[in-house]
Amino acid sequence: MPDTSHLFTSLPTWQWQLLLAVPLIPLVGYVIQIFWGKHLPRQGDWLLTAGMGVVMCITVYMFFIARGHSSGEGYFIAESLRDGFGWDWLHRARPQAEGLSLPTGLMYDGLGAAMLAVVGVVSFFVHLFSTGYMKGDRRYHIFFANISLFTFAMLGLVLSDNILFLFIFWELMGLMSYLLIGHFSQDPTSHRIRQAAAACKKAFMTTRVGDTCLLFGMAMFYFLLPEHFNELVEQGKIHADKIGGTFNFTLLWQRASMVVEANGGAYPIWMTTAGLFIFGGTVGKSAQFPLHIWLPDAMEGPTPVSAMIHAATMVAAGVFLLGRTFPLMSPTVLAVVAAVGGFTALFAATIGCTVFDIKGVLAYSTISQLGFMVASIGCGALGLVAGLFHMVTHAFFKSCLFLSAGSVIHGCHHEQDMRKMGGLRKKMPITFACMLICSLSISGMPLFAGFYSKDRIIAAAFGGLSLNFNGGTFAATVFLPLAACLTTFYMFRLIFMTFFGEPRDHHVDEHAHESPWNMTVAISVLATLGLFGGYFWLMHPTSPLGAHGTWFTEMVDWRTMYPGVDLTRTNLAGMAASVPHAAAHGGSALHEAGAAAEHLAHFYHGFNPHVTAMIASLAVLLIGIALAVQMYLRRKWNPAKVTGALGEGYVWVANKYYIDEAVQATVIRGTIGLAAIQRWIDENIVDGLVLTVGRIGKALGFFSAWFDKHVVDGLVNLVGGLTQAFGSIARLFQSGRIQQYVSFAVAGGILVAAFHLLT
Amino acid sequence: MDSFTVLNHSSILAWITFIPLIGMAAVLCVPRTNMSVIKGITYVATFVPLVLATVVYFGYDTNFQGYQYAQEVPWIKLGSFEVFWRVGIDGLSLPLVWLTTILLLVAVPASESVPRLSKAYYALLLLLEVGILGVFISLDYFLFYVFWEVMLLPMYFLIGIWGGPQREYAAIKFFLYTLAGSVLMLVALVAMYLDQGTFSIPQMMAIGKAGGWTGPSLLGMTFTTWVFWFLFIAFAIKIPSFPFHTWLPDAHVQAPTPISVILAGILLKLGGYGLIRACFPIVPHAFTDFAFALGVLGVISIVYGAYVALGQSDFKRMVAYSSVSHMGFVLLGMAALTEFGMKGAALQMFNHGTSSAACFLVVGVIYDRAHHRDLNAFGGVAQPMPRYWALSTVAFFASLGLPGMAGFVSEALTLVGSFQSADTRFQILVLISCLGVVLTAAYILWALQRVFLGPLNEKYKDYKDITGREIFSLAPLLFLCIFLGIFPFYLLDWMDIGVKDLMSILLLGK
Amino acid sequence: MGLSAYLTVSILLFTLGVICIISRRNVLYVLMGIEMILNASSINFAAFNRFNGGGLEGRMFVIFIIILAAAEAAVALAIVLNVFHLFHSVKPSEADLLRE
Repeated sequence: MPDTSHLFTSLPTWQWQLLLAVPLIPLVGYVIQIFWGKHLPRQGDWLLTAGMGVVMCITVYMFFIARGHSSGEGYFIAESLRDGFGWDWLHRARPQAEGLSLPTGLMYDGLGAAMLAVVGVVSFFVHLFSTGYMKGDRRYHIFFANISLFTFAMLGLVLSDNILFLFIFWELMGLMSYLLIGHFSQDPTSHRIRQAAAACKKAFMTTRVGDTCLLFGMAMFYFLLPEHFNELVEQGKIHADKIGGTFNFTLLWQRASMVVEANGGAYPIWMTTAGLFIFGGTVGKSAQFPLHIWLPDAMEGPTPVSAMIHAATMVAAGVFLLGRTFPLMSPTVLAVVAAVGGFTALFAATIGCTVFDIKGVLAYSTISQLGFMVASIGCGALGLVAGLFHMVTHAFFKSCLFLSAGSVIHGCHHEQDMRKMGGLRKKMPITFACMLICSLSISGMPLFAGFYSKDRIIAAAFGGLSLNFNGGTFAATVFLPLAACLTTFYMFRLIFMTFFGEPRDHHVDEHAHESPWNMTVAISVLATLGLFGGYFWLMHPTSPLGAHGTWFTEMVDWRTMYPGVDLTRTNLAGMAASVPHAAAHGGSALHEAGAAAEHLAHFYHGFNPHVTAMIASLAVLLIGIALAVQMYLRRKWNPAKVTGALGEGYVWVANKYYIDEAVQATVIRGTIGLAAIQRWIDENIVDGLVLTVGRIGKALGFFSAWFDKHVVDGLVNLVGGLTQAFGSIARLFQSGRIQQYVSFAVAGGILVAAFHLLT
Repeated sequence: MDSFTVLNHSSILAWITFIPLIGMAAVLCVPRTNMSVIKGITYVATFVPLVLATVVYFGYDTNFQGYQYAQEVPWIKLGSFEVFWRVGIDGLSLPLVWLTTILLLVAVPASESVPRLSKAYYALLLLLEVGILGVFISLDYFLFYVFWEVMLLPMYFLIGIWGGPQREYAAIKFFLYTLAGSVLMLVALVAMYLDQGTFSIPQMMAIGKAGGWTGPSLLGMTFTTWVFWFLFIAFAIKIPSFPFHTWLPDAHVQAPTPISVILAGILLKLGGYGLIRACFPIVPHAFTDFAFALGVLGVISIVYGAYVALGQSDFKRMVAYSSVSHMGFVLLGMAALTEFGMKGAALQMFNHGTSSAACFLVVGVIYDRAHHRDLNAFGGVAQPMPRYWALSTVAFFASLGLPGMAGFVSEALTLVGSFQSADTRFQILVLISCLGVVLTAAYILWALQRVFLGPLNEKYKDYKDITGREIFSLAPLLFLCIFLGIFPFYLLDWMDIGVKDLMSILLLGK
Repeated sequence: MGLSAYLTVSILLFTLGVICIISRRNVLYVLMGIEMILNASSINFAAFNRFNGGGLEGRMFVIFIIILAAAEAAVALAIVLNVFHLFHSVKPSEADLLRE
């Protein structure tokens, strides 16, 4: 096995300790809060918020350290196990013993650093926002405890160096999401208590389906990879020692790519299957079609929760997972990824245009944006970086959008229906400004953060299509620009309906007010990040569009993300297989793959679809804004007429394509029905069998009793009767008279004598 | 005299086993009106074994291959018929011994709510502990069988006297079902004794390892196959595996809370423990022949149990069926014949012991207040009882196998281990059992929603939150659930050698 | 005079005794019959003793029988008295309690 240790950066122990402290601070905060929170001053909110402040400082500090490392060599990845900082999870007494052993440590690389900093920053501001938004809540301290534990899980997930721990934190986030969505399900003052109770269950269940897929995919990689690897070692195709199973990311990357390379660039079928299972995890957590149904319902949770969990962090974890497992994904899987993502992006965007709940719009927007990221990753290496970049910028502007929406809801006394709002921009200027900035950002307006990532995504889709024409890249290329257009439309629809025009509900309007400082500060900072988070163009006035790379692309580069893995020889080689140049080279499969790889590297270096993509994305942006202006600002086109003209199609979309109903009717009804049937079987057939055995036993008992009484006892009585009968006969001889007895005796004696004499 | 590898001799296991018996005798001597003294004695008689078991736990040498704290004393001798008091523990039995002592201690405060509580109840409880501990420490098959039967009787009375409305029915069903298993075990036991003339389990393992059973074939099945199926059914009833599970829901629903706790927490483990101690290694060749069939039974238990649990409207019945589902993992992991799977199964036994016991305690708490268990009649109970809700969440999520809790480690090890099995058909079994994992989440979350969340049913408005005594019962179990989820090596290190040893025997059958 | 002569006397005596027991209606005669049978056996003992080596055994039995007969007569007479009290008769055919 080639030595790749020189590719890893070594971090001093104190830095690892600092990183370890990042998830531990909120964990400690949780423990304090859950046991003593109620008795702390202000129910402990400042304690946890301050703790998160410290976490934010550490993550940002570590981010700059990582940036310092990556700017020098252009390469940064560090694993704590390599620096002797780690522990064994399953066995302590015999670490590294043969068999079952799971060495665990931290991993810190460009992607991790970026994500960690994003989570740290967003979490802190969400905490800060919550101190205002959740004021007066009945379960205030529990809310803070839960959101703190959630943060712990998310930070842990980012720092995990193996997929098993990633999974553990992943599920822990699911639990906290469950508890936080269900926050109002125990609050009698909430009028949506019933919906909250149903929503939290739905969220956990739906993601659980995906999580189970992920677990299964992990198991496949854990066992089938070494099996296959060792087989190739025996065949002499890989020159390395035999290996055991591993969950460690870097080892998985390297070994998987060695297997693929030894196979001549072709992924074995099991790897495709396993990759699809892992992608199942993303589908669940990142709310991709068809498991997206939980996310809109998850809006029953408090708005800061929606901002943090269901926009910025947890749902992005699915995308993060794809980033962490990209070298394991075969081209087929990537095509599926692109297709699913592209479809979800458009599909959710259409629904987003019809929703009137302010949070509902943002929820569908989140699904759509996640579709962008997923589709982008499915489009190959450039898309990988673009998708992950979008994950980061999206975290900024979407959390800001949610918090702003929260601010609006707070200002309007928990009114969420946009039809009752209007003209709020004067009453809530800061909220309005933040929301506008972030809407522009999500729409991909140049100079705003979203532009840099979205532009790259569309470029990657175009690039992917020209490189490898398949259903996935085609879906991405066609659907994503359309979805981007709709994104602009529904975001401006939201802005116009909420902040412009005349107030539509006087009751709401009268009470509307700007939010307190802790909330406005939070959204202002996040809006600033939504503006500058992608690329700080003030620093680079000469190239404001970031054509030469942004901070993210400097830290995360597909060529260097996975040490010891040459993507051009693995995933991308497969994608490039259809490029005519490669086929022209002919020769062996390995040679072909190598040639394809060469071509691919060339292609990526020279490729710059920026211009095309930028024109496309600007065009869709303008169309979207124009539509929104016409319909909702200038009201030239009456929305009611437009929807009327769309007819059945609109009804179909407005009802979310009836997917919830379909799931309810098929999966849920089916499962409950099946459960009822099996219960019946259990109670009547399985238990019935047991009872039948019992009854047969009982019947046999009764029969035996009868038999005993009548047959067995009858026999005994018969014997007795016979004896008695003989006795009666014998009785005749027994007169009681001695003389008769003597006569018998004498007669007997004579008979005996006669017998003796005669014989 | 040593027929097996032993690290050290000690009578501590005998003390652990018989202190409850002494306690029982003491309880019987106290006048029945003096309940506080009786309770005090029971506390002492259950606490001291826990302390001793903890001493054994920390004194255990995790690197030694063989049995520890062993003792071998002749007990019955009639000519060539010899029975020994032959005890010892290894990494497979030690965790279960410890679990037994902790659950019995937990059951004592939980018993306060049992109606018609009396002296006999405590005496029987202590006798039950003797039987269970005896089974776990026995290394002599005869002794094993004797303790197995000893345990049966108090359970019968505990369900039959202190149970719910249909207690007699449930108790008789439990008793007869288990007795049927015991008879099969006895037949196999006698057959094996007649064949090789020994009751020593280590020696039987050695015979099994060497393929030394020479008994005759019968009806076209070999001697070892007969022995295997007889023993397997005897233990499968206890696990309980589909289709031998129907005694369980009835017994659970009728049993009082602490008895349910013991039933789910330990008695079911006797089945699993019996399989790995007294069935598989004794006839390893027969076992490996039928491993796939056992795996299928395990998966059916997982999925079927989960479905039936989903279809229940009785809270306790639901938890009972969840036990069927969870114990299916034990069977699946064992059948996979891999180290991961076997460790997962052994760990799952312990973890299910803590999590299901906690779930039954949780159900008991609400039952004591509402006096019914109809899931559909509750609603919003979390509002008057927030602390209860918090603890229940921990208990049920532990049962659900949430990562970070103990159940996840064992379930994941089992699934991953089964996947690794040399028999590739197991990969399909794992895929199917994943359905069970999803369904588990479904029935647990649905139950939580129906009981705790949503609008409050006015009837439950004035319910008192969980009391200190109830927390005292629940807290140690929940602590174990979380602690072992984070630090699983506190058990896995102990099990390591035992499992490797076992695997070395079983894999010979391959 | 040989053994057969003694035995003949003995048989006659025995036969008479038996006939006496069976046929007489008075219980006292029955007792007499019994005495005759006992004596018949005594004659046998004495005769066999004489013709078989002349030891003491046969004579011992004769003496034994005589004593026994005396004792028996005493017991029997007592029984007869009781029977008479019970049945007010000494006819053996009426004393048939043995069949009960």
